[in-house]
Amino acid sequence: MPWRVAEKRFAFSAACPLGHHYRSLRGCEMSSVRVLVGTHKGAFVLTSDGKRDKWDVSGPHFGGWEVYHLKGSPVDPDRIYASQTTGWFGQIIQRSNDGGKSWEPVDNKFAYEGTPGTHTWYDGTPHPWEFKRVWHLEPSLKDPDVVYAGAEDAALFRSADGGKSWDELAGLREHNTGPRWQPGAGGLCLHTIILDPSDPNRIFIAISAAGAFRTTDGGKSWTPINKGLVSDFMPEPTAEIGHCVHHVAMHPSRPGVLFMQKHWDVMRSDDAGDNWHEVSGNLPSDFGFVVDIHAHHPETIYVVPIKSDSEHVPPDGKLRVYRSRTGGNEWEALTRGLPQENCYVNVLRDAMSVDTLDKCGIYFGTTGGQVYVSADEGDNWKPIVQNLPAVLSVEVQTLS
Amino acid sequence: MIRIRVQLPAHLRTLAHVAGEITVQIDGTVTQRSVLDALEVNYPTLRGTIRDHITHRRRAFVRFFACGEDLSLESPDTPLPEPVATGREPFLVVGAIAGG
Repeated sequence: MPWRVAEKRFAFSAACPLGHHYRSLRGCEMSSVRVLVGTHKGAFVLTSDGKRDKWDVSGPHFGGWEVYHLKGSPVDPDRIYASQTTGWFGQIIQRSNDGGKSWEPVDNKFAYEGTPGTHTWYDGTPHPWEFKRVWHLEPSLKDPDVVYAGAEDAALFRSADGGKSWDELAGLREHNTGPRWQPGAGGLCLHTIILDPSDPNRIFIAISAAGAFRTTDGGKSWTPINKGLVSDFMPEPTAEIGHCVHHVAMHPSRPGVLFMQKHWDVMRSDDAGDNWHEVSGNLPSDFGFVVDIHAHHPETIYVVPIKSDSEHVPPDGKLRVYRSRTGGNEWEALTRGLPQENCYVNVLRDAMSVDTLDKCGIYFGTTGGQVYVSADEGDNWKPIVQNLPAVLSVEVQTLS
Repeated sequence: MIRIRVQLPAHLRTLAHVAGEITVQIDGTVTQRSVLDALEVNYPTLRGTIRDHITHRRRAFVRFFACGEDLSLESPDTPLPEPVATGREPFLVVGAIAGG
């Protein structure tokens, strides 16, 4: 029987004989989870039943290659896309049709439309646009053959044939601010792609260090959505573009509400990015990379504070996830099961994810090679694996 | 038609699903370009991994060797050494050593 994504409850709630609220009765059946982990030296697939207590680990897939990101199709979870890259041999896109058991390379030609021109280099000089790698793959919410790819140097590509060919949505890179975009420390990377489930023409993306952008016409034209962001490292801290946005998250039930972990500052928008305000509140540091949202409570959000942009380690050597149940500003440290001394790992921007089981599971991976799970919304944590290569990305599939 | 011997680095052998040395057939002058063209026809997954898709420039950390010589900086249209062109010696695609 093929796996199916456990349906999310925010849409069509129905009573369950066990007293829970599920989208359908099928949601009450025993579910399982599959965690897709991209690392500096290959990909790993971690699987467990709904208890999330005992885990099977497969991998490394594509051993020795950097796997920046893997993600499964929401409509066909056995269809998984993976971005495999090295400095030696460039970019490969892999596709699985059986849940990660086997893989086939698909097209790896990411060609910018037209003559790409220049963006701005670190030293302020014009620099040619050059494709380096794919940071993020975002499968369509409707069609398993449609997938978006976020690239370095910043550009958005789309495939409508399961990765067999790629076309650039060039309106983004050709935005009139494009020549002024500058790379962050990790490169000029398009790392976040959010598809709006309520409007197939609305997409949000984020680029380090250009900022966040939104299209409402399927990618033909784009608007910078950075009003309210303040970046003191810039000559003009509130400029339209130039902000080092690390990650953005949206709950599918509320596509107008966005949360952002900026280089410094945790931010919130209640108008689809038109305006942002800071919700860092009592965090010990508002620098960090990840931000994610509870599957069933859209005001419950998670971040992992990092000491600073010059050190990239947890404050005080304590690995703490912070949870806000109020959509920001009021945060509580979640520490049970996480190392609270001598811990100096980082948690990178795509390395946190949530499942959609009744008791929402939270997952994150570290540059020290640990992948942690909390099966109770963050209250208690334990490592699934402890000695992987540095983790670049974590995505969870909830299966039933 | 000449059968040219080619040795790939381990990662590219894995990607192409081949083990050990491979051969490609060349009709005409044997050059870097004709060897790589044939290689990419026979093993499409190698496209973009040795040279750029569009410019066909050699990737920076890939080198070409044959007969004990580094041919990386030769023109892609320069004929390869006679022992390669006659199949007595392999054309080597090498990933540059890096790190420390």
